[in-house]
Amino acid sequence: MDKEEKIPLKKILLICSKASIEDVYAALVMGNGAVMEGIETKLFFTFFGLDAITKKTMNKLHTATTGNPGMRMPGGLPFPTMLGGLPGVEAGVSAMMRKQMDALDIPPVDEFLELITAGGGEIYACKLAMDMFKLTKEDLHEEVSDVITVGDLYEMCDGLGTQIVFT
Amino acid sequence: MSIKTIAGVEVNVNDEGYMEDASQWTKEIASEIAKEEGVELTDKHFEVIDFVRGKISAGEGLTIRGIGKSGVVNAKEFYALFPGAPLKKVTKISGVPKPTSCI
Repeated sequence: MDKEEKIPLKKILLICSKASIEDVYAALVMGNGAVMEGIETKLFFTFFGLDAITKKTMNKLHTATTGNPGMRMPGGLPFPTMLGGLPGVEAGVSAMMRKQMDALDIPPVDEFLELITAGGGEIYACKLAMDMFKLTKEDLHEEVSDVITVGDLYEMCDGLGTQIVFT
Repeated sequence: MSIKTIAGVEVNVNDEGYMEDASQWTKEIASEIAKEEGVELTDKHFEVIDFVRGKISAGEGLTIRGIGKSGVVNAKEFYALFPGAPLKKVTKISGVPKPTSCI
């Protein structure tokens, strides 16, 4: 039997369409991890994911305290949904989560983007979503290289050993 | 574990070529491993290597963010000095274990 040839991952495109801390960081950690391995990396932010590259919102991301079955109280007890809906609770929980991440040396979003581009990774915004949310390039962080269409994105997918991941 | 002769010295290395005993490390060994990794070491490289070995001997973890804030190099310069997979390369050349960090 012929030995199967393994093709290593050479290029990865990560698409982030949500604004919650966990969704954005999943894309950032995977993207940065790929850059660290010397893999060509492109991150594409669309829909609510644009919050992660918009200067005003990027460092104030929230996690959902309602409708999130994984949410726990400190100590591990279940987090009552009614409590999660009270004003200020989501902001408080999110701030606490960001603080805990910082303690683990996980950078804030803006610094994470800089780390990714320092290693040669590229950050893109979705044109259609930008139009929808009435955002301009000036609203976005400096590390965003361009606002592109879906067609542009697919053109970047050429080459053997390329993968697209939608987070 | 196996024994490999690097720069004329017998050292213990693991399957991936990482040295298992940091005390066996010398600058000559570093240059030899660097050559295999396609890196020609300069004084700047050795400054980073010193920082990395210092961190490991102090029992601390390594991240690219940490190296970028070390004052020795910033993240961009670090990527330029050890192109490709910088954290893996610098630890291999520095004779310390392969990093386990995800960030």
